[in-house]
Amino acid sequence: MKDTKVIELEEVAIRFSGDSGDGMQLTGTLFSDATALLGNDISTFPDYPSEIRAPQGTVGGVSGFQVQFGHKQINTPGDNAHVLIAMNPAAIKANARFMSPGGTIIYDSDSFTEKNLRKANFATDDPFAELNMLDYTKIAVPISSLTQEGLKEFGLDNKSVLRSKNMFALGLVCWMFNRPLEYIEEFIQNKFKKKPVVVDSNIKVLRDGYNYGMNMQHMTPSYLVHPAEIENGTYRNINGNQATAWGLLAAAEKSGLQLFLGSYPITPATDILSALSQRKDLGVKTFQAEDEIAGIASAIGAAFTGSLAVTTTSGPGLALKSEAIGLAVMAELPLVIVNVQRGGPSTGLPTKTEQSDLMQALYGRNGESPVVVLAASTPSDCFYYAYMASKIALERMVPVLLLTDGFLGNGSEPWKIPSMAELPSITPRIAKDAEVFQAYRRDEETLAREWAYPGMKGFEHRIGGLEKNVSGTVSHDPENHQVNSEIRENKVQRVADMIPELEICGDDDGGEVLVVGWGGTYGHLISSVRQLRMEGKDVSLVQFNYIKPLPKNTAEIFSKFKKIIVCELNLGQFAAYLRDQLPQFTYHQANKVKGLPFTVSELKESINKLLED
Amino acid sequence: MTELNYTIKDFKSDNEVRWCAGCGDFAILNAVQRTMAEMGIPKEQFAVISGIGCSSRFPYYMNTFGFHTIHGRAAAIASGVKAANPELSVWVMSGDGDSMAIGGNHFIHVIRRNIDLNMIVFNNRIYGLTKGQYSPTSDRGFVSKTSPFGTVEDPFVPGQLVIGARGSFFARSIDGNLKLSQSVLKEAEKHKGTSVVEVLQNCVIFNNGIHSEITDPNHRADRQLILEHGKPMLFGAENEKGLIFDKGKLRVVVIGENGVTLDDILVHDAMEEDPTLHLALINMKLPDFPVAFGVIRAVPAPVYDVEMEAQINEIQKTRKITCVDDLLKSGNTWEVTGNVNGSGSSKKCL
Ligand SMILES: Cc1ncc(C[n+]2csc(CCOP(=O)(O)OP(=O)(O)O)c2C)c(N)n1
Ligand code: SF4
Ligand SMILES: [Mg+2]
Repeated sequence: MKDTKVIELEEVAIRFSGDSGDGMQLTGTLFSDATALLGNDISTFPDYPSEIRAPQGTVGGVSGFQVQFGHKQINTPGDNAHVLIAMNPAAIKANARFMSPGGTIIYDSDSFTEKNLRKANFATDDPFAELNMLDYTKIAVPISSLTQEGLKEFGLDNKSVLRSKNMFALGLVCWMFNRPLEYIEEFIQNKFKKKPVVVDSNIKVLRDGYNYGMNMQHMTPSYLVHPAEIENGTYRNINGNQATAWGLLAAAEKSGLQLFLGSYPITPATDILSALSQRKDLGVKTFQAEDEIAGIASAIGAAFTGSLAVTTTSGPGLALKSEAIGLAVMAELPLVIVNVQRGGPSTGLPTKTEQSDLMQALYGRNGESPVVVLAASTPSDCFYYAYMASKIALERMVPVLLLTDGFLGNGSEPWKIPSMAELPSITPRIAKDAEVFQAYRRDEETLAREWAYPGMKGFEHRIGGLEKNVSGTVSHDPENHQVNSEIRENKVQRVADMIPELEICGDDDGGEVLVVGWGGTYGHLISSVRQLRMEGKDVSLVQFNYIKPLPKNTAEIFSKFKKIIVCELNLGQFAAYLRDQLPQFTYHQANKVKGLPFTVSELKESINKLLED
Repeated sequence: MTELNYTIKDFKSDNEVRWCAGCGDFAILNAVQRTMAEMGIPKEQFAVISGIGCSSRFPYYMNTFGFHTIHGRAAAIASGVKAANPELSVWVMSGDGDSMAIGGNHFIHVIRRNIDLNMIVFNNRIYGLTKGQYSPTSDRGFVSKTSPFGTVEDPFVPGQLVIGARGSFFARSIDGNLKLSQSVLKEAEKHKGTSVVEVLQNCVIFNNGIHSEITDPNHRADRQLILEHGKPMLFGAENEKGLIFDKGKLRVVVIGENGVTLDDILVHDAMEEDPTLHLALINMKLPDFPVAFGVIRAVPAPVYDVEMEAQINEIQKTRKITCVDDLLKSGNTWEVTGNVNGSGSSKKCL
């Protein structure tokens, strides 16, 4: 027997891909978790169609899950996959463009039937030739028939048998990358606790896949990726939606308030609602409303009663909430609005990522209606920014809109677990003295009003959407409206006093090109800038998490660089905002609206072009 | 608990009441303030929530916690108020347009969930605040500024929506009948679940007299049937008329005629779960029938906010995760040792 080819890698990206019904998301997630447990840094990217079951075998129905892991810090799931696991011909067609040149393709040769090739719109019987992929390493594995063979004794019907074929692929990949199976087996045991046959059959197939790799060593290369040198500590894997949910829980505990979430399901934000619905043990109240308006309305009601109130949604839902956000602005209630952005406008690309709701977040309401706008930049820092959004809302009596996106929400990475003790304090502005209380009496520094809610004796008062004077009486006085409009804006601007200053990743003294990003593009931007700097280029990065208000030192940092390029997944919304806020600078742009994250290579190209200009 | 010796004054705010002179809303405000003073509930426990409309100005005139919100959303906002704090006595004040046009969705869903709040629907069959457009309770053919040739649509009957949404409580009153309003408001507060009280309200400016056929003092004995739980359904100046159920339908009979005796008359059972008869009572209209008032339906049913708390309490009895630190460490975690010690910042810089 020939020796296995062992390839040692710094980092590797694997893409699992198959029909929507093939269980690729689970396969990818299990592999990622097992990998993180081994101490590699990882970044994941689930990429799936919006139809639950698009026509089987078609390119439109292909569901993919990419994970990159490595020996160093991993900030992106990888532009291209080094290894593709394809459960059918359509998966190859859909993913050819996401492959690294000369990569490895492992595919279920049983699925390469005439019928499936036609469904995937291949004209010939040689898809690899058709796609110009002849110099790729192709490993044909009869996954379906080996799965059937392995489960012969189980007496299961064919459909149930074939449902386990993803486990064969997973076992095989685990062998190739030296991942032990314990974690995955444990997961299967827990998940199907009540169905021992399903546990046994899945584990059998998983092991068959692993053993197949071992026995066919001459064909399948094996890869070695050393654990990453990350900071000491206790780690877990977390995706952005879960981190958001947990950040809100942390803020509720820290502030001593009940957490209330009013929400209506919408991709890709629903997982936050699910995650919090699970936390009855921590006393969370979740209200699945009849629509997005009732979602935010119920949250506003909860804020009126003294809860930490939250509503979560995605673009179309945010549009429905706009009138009610205005009410929260006017009533000056603390409210956190989380918008997990997706491709728009309208229903757009529900399962794909984009950053095109920035203008809607900043301005999408009637009247002068300022809110604080934050954006998270990695799956795990959704925790921190959800926490900060709550802190700002509660301490400044203002609605705070947190922007994440589908890429962050669904993507995951290892996260060093913080402890509650290390999180900043939160002091809600609960009124104490009924003698001096007035609905719109303000703190001179922050301009925040006090919070008094039903149940607090002696504090009875009325608020509402009509313009008011200090005591809370309706006022149509022109001067009063002018003053209050400015106060509401200034109150938001003064949040700049409590947020950290912007940090430069690169040269603190400035230089040639400053790359500017915001929110979820951080991983791709930092990877690009890091690579360019290693190539000797004079490039630095600032990534914005605080959009409104901008950090105080923004202009100072911008002034240190000769050129500024704003990179974002829209047609230039943040660039337009910066032009409005800081018109003294010239902003170049790199924009993408394909429903996909940036790739490092396209970013480097844009930045290089600016360097050469 | 200390005795609460409130009078109506305790519930009046300093704000000048701004409805048109003669508006039916004044009488409803009076009834609410009087009744609340007698409920034995501490004043700070009341939360009065409204949408937008003439009637929705209500909270400003109450010396309680109040929230004048946005058009149509009062029921949804109040749902959050009550779910977040079930201790409160929550009151929704809403017009016919506010609750059944723009807010129709929230209206049926709050009823379906049976959240324990009290909702007064001010039914003047017109949009008052916007100066007289037809509303979802205006009759077919109704002429208004936006229907100069008459409408070509049929109205909602609020009680039908309540029954259709599986409502547990529905009552009807008239702005001018203080005694009736007070008694149904008391019952509404006592009922656990969503209590909908439709009040026929006169808009003197844009729809004056829309209910006068029913409320006309000269005929009201014949045109109003005031229901009381456990009492026979009698009406007329001498209580000589009554209702019987005949061949699946309600029928008006006169006691003493055709051998009808008091024993034949239906006895009102507001607590009957089957809504058939309640619906029939809601549907009664002039001229063939009197219009039904009082508590038409009050049926015990599981209450959303109570169930929500009960579920949390139940789960907390056996919980393994008692705080966020527990949660963060739950599930799969792993230790990294022997590398660098750092700040723990998740943002990985250069
Ligand atoms: C979103 C929105 N749409 C429309 C309006 C205008 N508007 C205010 S009140 C109202 C109708 C009020 O009628 P109703 O609810 O019956 O209350 P009433 O004034 O009769 O008491 C309308 C259309 C508004 N304020 N907000
Ligand atoms: S317009 Fe009609 S409903 Fe509005 S305050 Fe005047 S009388 Fe009352
Ligand atoms: Mg009306």
